[in-house]
Amino acid sequence: MAKDQIQYVTAPKVDDSRKKYCRFKKNGIKFIDYKDASFLLKFVNDQGKVLPRRLTGTSLKFQRKVAQAIKRSRHIGLMPYVTDSLK
Amino acid sequence: MQQYETVIILTPLLSEEAAKEVLTKFSKLMTDNGAEIIDEDNWGLKKLAYPIEKKTTGFYHLTTFKAPGEFINKLEVEYRRDERVMRFLTISLDKHAMAYSEKKRSGAFNKKKETKTEGVAK
Repeated sequence: MAKDQIQYVTAPKVDDSRKKYCRFKKNGIKFIDYKDASFLLKFVNDQGKVLPRRLTGTSLKFQRKVAQAIKRSRHIGLMPYVTDSLK
Repeated sequence: MQQYETVIILTPLLSEEAAKEVLTKFSKLMTDNGAEIIDEDNWGLKKLAYPIEKKTTGFYHLTTFKAPGEFINKLEVEYRRDERVMRFLTISLDKHAMAYSEKKRSGAFNKKKETKTEGVAK
């Protein structure tokens, strides 16, 4: 886009074009299963760390549930605590 | 009587029937103490994301049951005592969790979360 060619002095905010939404509220998901590692991998970066809300766009209530589910699945060995190339 | 869900991981060194024997031991312990087992789900041998006790695989077993509150401590003491159990996790289920596990047991294919991403059967 033309916007990208312009050199900003300060870094432009990345991909603020699309409106972030909380996928749990949107789809009416009420419970995040800690045993479902494949779903939880979407909320973890490639080092296995929990992604912040500002990137995933989830609401505070569900971010806590996701973080707790990830910690539980780490405890039972479904997800790594730290890794180098997860995805 | 609260509803609980517990996942235990057994060491892979066990033979098939030794693993079954451990599971029956714990389910008997549960029924003796007035717990009512709703569902047992054996995932079998699975690879662990990181080595636990120097082992990279383990027998996973999931049990959903209703039990009086004070029984959980006893159960976990038994888990700690039995060295064949590498790791365990017991959580109490609230109404959303109960609805989810009910739905998963009845229709595994129509998991709510999966419809948005991919409708693959588990």
